[in-house]
Amino acid sequence: MKSGRFWAWVVFALGAAYFFIPLIATVEFSMRMRRGAYSFDAYKVVFGDPRFQATFGYSVLTAVFTIILGVLIVVPTAYWIRLRMPQLRPVVEFITLLPLVIPAIVIVFGYIRMYGSNSPLPFLGSETGANALLVIGYATLALPYMYRAVDTGLRTIDVRTLTEAAQILGAGWGTIITRVILPNVLIAVLSGAFLTFAIVIGEFTMASLLNRPAFGPYLQNVGANRAYEPAALAIIAFAITWGCMSLIQILSRFAPRSANRPN
Amino acid sequence: MTEPFLSIQHVRKSFGPITVVQDFNLDVEPGEFVSFLGPSGCGKTTVLRMVAGFEEPSAGKIVVAGKDITRLKPNQRNVGMVFQAYALFPNLTVAQNIGFGLKVAGMPKADADRRIAEMLDIIKLPQMGDRYPYQLSGGQQQRIALARAIAPKPKLLLLDEPLSALDAKVRVSLREEIRSIQKKLGITTIFVTHDQEEALSISDRIAVMYGGKAEQVGTPFEIYNRPATKFVANFVGTLNVLEGTVTDAASGKVRVNSQEVSLKGKLNGSKSGDTLSLALRPEAISLGRHPGRDSSLSGEIAEVHFLGSVIRVRVGIGGATVSLDTFNSPATPPPAVGEKAEISFSSGDMLVLH
Repeated sequence: MKSGRFWAWVVFALGAAYFFIPLIATVEFSMRMRRGAYSFDAYKVVFGDPRFQATFGYSVLTAVFTIILGVLIVVPTAYWIRLRMPQLRPVVEFITLLPLVIPAIVIVFGYIRMYGSNSPLPFLGSETGANALLVIGYATLALPYMYRAVDTGLRTIDVRTLTEAAQILGAGWGTIITRVILPNVLIAVLSGAFLTFAIVIGEFTMASLLNRPAFGPYLQNVGANRAYEPAALAIIAFAITWGCMSLIQILSRFAPRSANRPN
Repeated sequence: MTEPFLSIQHVRKSFGPITVVQDFNLDVEPGEFVSFLGPSGCGKTTVLRMVAGFEEPSAGKIVVAGKDITRLKPNQRNVGMVFQAYALFPNLTVAQNIGFGLKVAGMPKADADRRIAEMLDIIKLPQMGDRYPYQLSGGQQQRIALARAIAPKPKLLLLDEPLSALDAKVRVSLREEIRSIQKKLGITTIFVTHDQEEALSISDRIAVMYGGKAEQVGTPFEIYNRPATKFVANFVGTLNVLEGTVTDAASGKVRVNSQEVSLKGKLNGSKSGDTLSLALRPEAISLGRHPGRDSSLSGEIAEVHFLGSVIRVRVGIGGATVSLDTFNSPATPPPAVGEKAEISFSSGDMLVLH
């Protein structure tokens, strides 16, 4: 028993070392910009760079639109599948998993061919169209995470009975979704939203091939041309992702507690 | 005769090739409390869901207060419903739950608040308005669900096995409370249950359902004492069933395990040699001969169960066994297994099952 515990700790220590040593090394390297002393100079340079502010702002805005689009697509779909078409659930789950199987580069080449300036839907013919296409692409990439988060949230409530209870009290579909279903899966939706945010902030392939001024291509550009700033940027991106995950954890404590048995 | 408030006319419901409700008919008077009683899968909940609008009848129509509501959506019917699983909205407080229907109907906030307070008083939970459903017991949650259902003053109240998820003690008190609130408000109510004691104790009338049909509709007294079919007799209450052969139809003589019993006036349509199922409620049977009991059968004590105030005795009569209950009397010891015994009953209490 004691020996088992010892080896468990060894495995844990190895895992932690594998995870933390590169991170600590990156932090340490990012602080060595000033010769002979540790400093936050690399971080100051990054935060002071107007391109950082512009690309980060662009990616944040794109992430917000992606989240809105994702919620509008996923919440009604997952709700309707649970309520009326549970037999289609495996099919929809398979479809939502496709972005994990099909590389982003394949999707974006498909977009470029389909929505070029000479196509019937010329998304790439204008700045706004290209931005919209990027949001659509990101919503696709985030689909597996958003769908699973929302579906898990819906599993914790008795969707059918709550819907019927609201219907019999006179509520229409709009009221049911906004006042009954969405508030009860809000935490799940937020979890999906933060995962989406984390994906969008660091995404490179789509933004680069659609020639959008996003944070991902900026990270790559800085990484290719500077020494200490890329390490600082990696830590900043890491902090953003961790911040998102922590927010999910904190918000999940405020989830409405279900008094109903799930179906 | 008054116009029925709810009229379910020739309603049928099929799911694919399976017909779960067939030619169901029922008229319910204003303010009446009618229970649908039957085993699982008999179609009682499906009929209720068709009245609520959650299922559309394959044929027939449903009329409430003279208006055909068969094709109306649930949110257009002005019907209240209480579900087995409470179905309170977890994200809303008790007061918000009760006020949900009022808000959807566009009632001004001051009026809605007054109505919510009135409802909380009716269900005797006046201090619970700010609590969330998860902070309440099952019985409290179901009372809130009842208040939420009746707050918008629906024309009809539907109760879908509302007591099934509760423990025995709460069930009894809550069913009495439901009945008392229903009487006070005079709201026409349909109550679905598979528990005969519940149905018998609180209903004005009971529709006993089996195989998608109403086997019998009547008052609890009629259903218990004059069951129309073998199923009703078996399903409602405890019943001793004996097989008998008609020996003389004209004089009402039937042979039960080589002993003759007289059933004058109950053998209409039968002829000598016919086999009949005869039924007796345990409370209609006495051990030994008693004045006023004109029929008797002899047998042997097969089992004796001492239950405190009551002793349950099973008497073997030929191949059949008859159960009866006798009150415990400290002066008289219970009969012993193997003893010869005679049971007596009034022939008027014997039911002929068809």
